[in-house]
Amino acid sequence: MRLAPSLGGPFREANWGDRALHILTLGFALSIFALTALIALALYRNSILSIEKFGLRFLWGTTWDPVFEQFGALPFLFGTLVSSGIALLIAFPLGLGVAIFLSELAPRWLSDPIAFLIELLAAVPSVVYGLIGIFVLVPWVRDDLTPVLKKTLGFLPIFSGPSYGVGMLTAGILLAVMVVPFITSLSREVLMAVPASQREAALALGATRWETTRMAVVPYARSGVMGSMFLALARALGETMAVTMVIGNRPEIAASLFAPGYSMAAVIANEFTEATYDLYLHALVEIGLVLFAVTIVVNALARLLILAVARKSAEVQV
Amino acid sequence: MVRKRILSQAVLRMLFFVLAAASMLLPQAAPAQTLVNGAGATFPYPIYSKWFDEYYKLHPNAQINYQSIGSGGGIRQISELTVDFGATDAPMTDEQLSKAKTAIFHLPTVLGGVVPIYNIPGLSAELKFTAKALSGIFMGTIRKWNDPEIAGVNPGIALPGNDIVVVHRSDGSGTTYCWTDYLSKVSPAWRAQVGRSTSVNWPVGLGAKGNEGVSGLVKQTPNAIGYVELIYATSINIPYGTVQNSSGNFVKASLESVTAAAAGAAKNMPPDFRVSITNSPGKNAYPISTFTWLLVPQQFTDATKGKILVDFLKWMLGEGQRYAAGLGYAPLPPEVIEMEKQTIARIRY
Amino acid sequence: MSELKYRFRQAKNYVMFSITFLCTLLTVGVLFFILGYMVWHGASSLNWDFFTKLPKPVGEPGGGMANAIVGTGKLLLIAALIGVPVGFLGGVYLSEFGRNNRIGFLVRYATDILNGIPSIVMGIFAYTVVVLPMRRFSAVAGGIALGIMMIPIALRSTEEFLKLVPNSLREASLALGIPQWKTIIRVVIPTGFRGILTGIMLDLSRVAGETAPLLFTAFSNRFWSAGWLQPTASLPVMIYTYSIAPYEDWHRQAWAAGLVLLMLILFVNVVSRLVLRRRLAMGV
Repeated sequence: MRLAPSLGGPFREANWGDRALHILTLGFALSIFALTALIALALYRNSILSIEKFGLRFLWGTTWDPVFEQFGALPFLFGTLVSSGIALLIAFPLGLGVAIFLSELAPRWLSDPIAFLIELLAAVPSVVYGLIGIFVLVPWVRDDLTPVLKKTLGFLPIFSGPSYGVGMLTAGILLAVMVVPFITSLSREVLMAVPASQREAALALGATRWETTRMAVVPYARSGVMGSMFLALARALGETMAVTMVIGNRPEIAASLFAPGYSMAAVIANEFTEATYDLYLHALVEIGLVLFAVTIVVNALARLLILAVARKSAEVQV
Repeated sequence: MVRKRILSQAVLRMLFFVLAAASMLLPQAAPAQTLVNGAGATFPYPIYSKWFDEYYKLHPNAQINYQSIGSGGGIRQISELTVDFGATDAPMTDEQLSKAKTAIFHLPTVLGGVVPIYNIPGLSAELKFTAKALSGIFMGTIRKWNDPEIAGVNPGIALPGNDIVVVHRSDGSGTTYCWTDYLSKVSPAWRAQVGRSTSVNWPVGLGAKGNEGVSGLVKQTPNAIGYVELIYATSINIPYGTVQNSSGNFVKASLESVTAAAAGAAKNMPPDFRVSITNSPGKNAYPISTFTWLLVPQQFTDATKGKILVDFLKWMLGEGQRYAAGLGYAPLPPEVIEMEKQTIARIRY
Repeated sequence: MSELKYRFRQAKNYVMFSITFLCTLLTVGVLFFILGYMVWHGASSLNWDFFTKLPKPVGEPGGGMANAIVGTGKLLLIAALIGVPVGFLGGVYLSEFGRNNRIGFLVRYATDILNGIPSIVMGIFAYTVVVLPMRRFSAVAGGIALGIMMIPIALRSTEEFLKLVPNSLREASLALGIPQWKTIIRVVIPTGFRGILTGIMLDLSRVAGETAPLLFTAFSNRFWSAGWLQPTASLPVMIYTYSIAPYEDWHRQAWAAGLVLLMLILFVNVVSRLVLRRRLAMGV
C-alpha cells in the first residue's frame, strides 16, 4: 500500500521521516522473526546429544526410560495430538454454536455482556483450571460420564477399558473448556462483520433464519472462523499445567479414551527440573523441538487451507 | 478533541507508571539484609521453611529463601551456581559432583519415611505389606487386592477381588528415588527392569504430580495404592500400611522407626554422608527411610552469605533439630551430628 | 405439500437455534461454576492480612501474599516494557508498510509460531539465555519470558485495529501535505489507539496467569524482593506451590490467590471495555 510519494524501490521514500519510521518498524518486525529463529536454534543446540544418539528413531520410539537412557517421543506426540483433537472436536461446534447465537439471535444488550463473560474464561489461569479439573471433572468423568458412555457406546474400542477419571478424555474436555472462548469471541466478531446484504438476500429468497445463517452467513465468514480454530488449536497444543493434572501421565498409546496418556508439554514440565544428566535434559528439550515443529506444520496447513478457501470463495463471490 | 484524548491517555499511562514505581520503592528490605537463595527437594520443604523462618526471627539480617523445585532441580541449580545452596533427597553421583561448577558438601538435615497409602472402599484397617507384595504390585505382576501375597499376611481382613490401581509420581522426585531404591534392594527383578532414580519408566500405573497429587488421586480413586512422604499421609488422614523390614517385622513408619533405620547406618557412615538407609538392619527399623541433604559449596565466594549459612547450619544441628519431631521428621542421630559439625568447620568463606 | 415442507423447515429453524441457545447456557454456566467454586473455597481467606502480610511458614495459620501481588505487578511491568513496543511497532510495520510483501508474510508466520510455543519452553529459553549467564534467578528473567509471550498478541491486535482504519483517512491526511510518518503517528494510530489498548490489556491479563515460565526464571521468594535482579514471588507460582502442599490453610490461600488474580484480570477487562465503548460511541 504505497500511498505516500516515493522514488521507487524499498526505503526510497521521498522524505527522511518516512524512511526513518519505515526502518524503525521494519527493524522491530524483523526482530520478531529473528527471535523465533533464535528460539529454534536454542532448542536445537540444547537437544543435540539426543538428536545425535537417537536420530529419527526418536519420533517413533515408544519407550521413555530415564534409568536405562532410552527416549522416544511417540507416546507424547500421540497424547498431544489426541487430547487437542478431542478438545477441538468438542469446542468447535460448541463455540460456533455460541457465536451464532450471540451474533444472529441475541439482542445487542444480551450479546455484548455474554461475549465479555465468555472472554473471561480465557483469562482464568491454567493452574486453576487444573485444580478444578482434579476436584470436579475427574470424579465426574469417572462416576457420571463413564457409565453413560459405556452403556450407550461401550462397544466402540475408544470407550473400552477401565476408567480412572484421569485420562485422555478428561484432558480433552478440560482443554475444550479452555479454548472455547477463543473460538467464540473470534467467530462472533467475524460473523457480525458479514454484511447485512448477504442475510437480506437470503431472507428475500424465502430462507428461514437458520437457513440464512447456514448458507449465507457462515460460509462468508468461513476463513475467519477457521482462523479461530487454528488459534484454539495452538493454545491446546501448548497447554501444560492443566493437562498434566488430569491426563494420567502415562507414556502409553492406547485405543481407549479412558486410558491415561501423556503430552509433550506435560512431560517437559514434569521432568525438566529433575533431569539429572545431560542426555536426559537434551531428550526433554528435543521434545520441545518436536512440539515446535508440530506448531510450524499446523500453522502451514492452516495458512494453506485458508488460502485455498479464500481462492475458492473469491471465485464464487460476485 | 483528538489532542484531549491523547492527553488523557498519556496521563493515565503516567499514573500507572508512577504507581508501579511507588510500589517498588515502598516495602524494601533494610539495607543490611542479605538474601541467600536455595532450591531443591520438596520433601523437607515444611521443616526447612520453619527453620529459615525461626532463624530469621533470631537474625533479622539473614533472609534465607528456599524454594522446593525438586531434588534434581536443586542438584542442577547448585551445580550451575544459580543458587547459594541446594537440597536433595537423592545424593549426587560422582559424575554429577565432578560436573558441578564448585566442590560440594552433602550435609544431612533430617530423616523421613515414605509410606504406602491405599484406598479400598469399606476398608479402614491397617494392611501389612511384604517386600514381595510391594514390588509385585508396582511391577504389575500382582493385580488384585486379594492376591495371596497380600492376603497371606493380612488374615482376618476381607480384601476385595478388585484390580489394584497403582499411582506413582509423574514428576521426578527424591521420594521416588527412595521408593525405587528400596524396591531395587528387595527385588532383583525390579532392579533389572526398572532401576532406581528420581524418574523411572513405571511398568504400570497413573502418574500424579507431587506428593499432594499422589495423595489426592489415591484418596479419590477406589482400589488405589500410592506412595508418599509420611507427613502427607498423616495430614490428609489416609490409611497407610506397615512394611516388613529385613528382620521380618512389620513396622509402621514413625519417628522412632525411621531413627532406628538411621542408627544402623550411623556406624558405617561414609565421610561424605552419601548413604542409603533403605532396608536397613535393625529390629524396629522402618525399611523405606531416607536422609535428606543440603548441598553446600565447600568454598563460598560471598563471605557474608557463607557466614550466614554456616551459622545457620550450626543452629540447625542444635536448636533446629528440636523442631523436626513436631512436623513429622525424625531428627539426626547424635553420631551423625558430631561428624557433621566437623565437616561444617571445613567450609571456607 | 409445500406447507408441510415449510413447517418442517420452520421446526428445524427452531430446533437449531435452541441448540445454540443451549450451547450458550452451557458455556456461561461453566464460567459461573468456575467463579463460584473459587469464591466458595477462597473467599474466607481474603482478608486485610492477605493483601499486606508476607507468607507464613507451614503450620502457622494466617500470613498473606503481599509480596506475590507486588511481584506480579513487577513482572507485568517488565513484560509490558518488552512485549508492547516490539509488538506495537511490528504491528505498525505490518499494517502500514508490509501488507502485501514477502517480509510481511514471513513476520506473520513467525509470529504465529511464536504464539504456539508452550509457556514452559519459553521459560526454558529464558533460563538458558538470561538466568544461566547472570548466574541468578531474577524478576528480569521472568519479565523477559512473559514479555516475549506478549509479542504475538500485541502485534496481531495492533495490525488488525490499524487495518480497520479506513484508507480515506490516510489519503485525506496525505492530500493535505502531511508526510506519511506524521500521518501514521498523528492520525492512524490515535484512531486505532483504543482498540490497540484493549488488545494489549487482554494480552497482559493472559500473561498474568502464566505459571510455567516463571518457575525457572523469577523463581519465588518468601520475603520482599528488592529491585529487579532478585527472585520474586508471584501469584501464579504461589497458587501452584500452595495447592500442592498438604495444608488445608494453604489450599484456601491458593484459591484466594486465584480469586485475586481473576479479579485483577476482570478489572483490566472492564476498564478496557469501558475505554473501547466510548471509542465506538464516538463513531470512529
